[in-house]
Amino acid sequence: MREWIKNYWHILWTPSKHFSLAFLTVGGFIAGIVFWGGFNTGLELTNTEKFCISCHEMRDNVYQELRGTIHFNNRSGVRATCPDCHVPHEWTDKIARKMQASKEVWGKIFGTINTREKFESKRRELAEHEWKRLKANDSLECRNCHNFEFMDFTKQGDRAVNQHSTALASGEKTCIDCHKGIAHELPDMAGVEGW
Amino acid sequence: MKKLIAFAIIALCSLSVLAQDNIATLRGETPIDQESAAPNMAKPMKDDVKRHRNYPMQPPVIPHNIQDYQVDLKVNKCLSCHARKRAEEAQAPMISVTHYMDRDGNFLADVSPRRYFCNQCHVSQTDARPLVENQFEDIDQILQNNAK
Repeated sequence: MREWIKNYWHILWTPSKHFSLAFLTVGGFIAGIVFWGGFNTGLELTNTEKFCISCHEMRDNVYQELRGTIHFNNRSGVRATCPDCHVPHEWTDKIARKMQASKEVWGKIFGTINTREKFESKRRELAEHEWKRLKANDSLECRNCHNFEFMDFTKQGDRAVNQHSTALASGEKTCIDCHKGIAHELPDMAGVEGW
Repeated sequence: MKKLIAFAIIALCSLSVLAQDNIATLRGETPIDQESAAPNMAKPMKDDVKRHRNYPMQPPVIPHNIQDYQVDLKVNKCLSCHARKRAEEAQAPMISVTHYMDRDGNFLADVSPRRYFCNQCHVSQTDARPLVENQFEDIDQILQNNAK
């Protein structure tokens, strides 16, 4: 075994005998483009709603709940898909989230939430993960569309103005502090602040 | 005689047909075998202004939109503002003390389960036109009329 590794190590660190330097650099460059393009395309493929609801866990639970809400169905026809809210748009954050998602693959393989009952018993825990994430990044995924700078208070209801012009404006609170359960059903909220 | 009876029957039939045409129904003039055009959906009233109560024990109506408010065994969205604990921060009217009483009149620490489902009594209002005229009279009006 050790000999075998040593052998390959030796080959890797010896100058090439048959291929020109140009071939290796240009070839490596092209291979890099193909690899990177393929990687990104594959990654983006997993950032589509179609991919999310290809699993029955998502299709039968959270997706059905989303369908009645304003983020799915509204007067102007602009809608949010799963990744708009659940996958960060910045590349580094996205990769970090994708690495966390390996646990979701684990959950899929071992059927952690593969029945309605299992999903319901995990709902609070799963919701808390998302609340924590949005609280930590100041509701970044909300703000990707809902920009505070361009909110017109005169077009909001009085109660909304009261909250937005004070707690939200000062940064004391962030979107998710009040707007929980806007796209999916809420879990048992016993003990959650503000409920 | 036979002719007279036949004539009477025809006259009756035609009368009943005429009468049928004059019956006003909620479906309007649309024949029974056709689908009438649905009226526009009514818009919820959301001006946050308290409404008049027609009698003292009338449950107040909801002057804001309650679309998608979750009220089930897990959570009650209404109580996240109207519960005693939440009313100060939300500046919402607290649900009345009767909601904290059981049916024997004992006060409970939290909302009584029999008062938990808000929409059983409290409903939001829309700008829909009333389908029939409302002839309800306020008790004050009745007393005033009787005094005359």
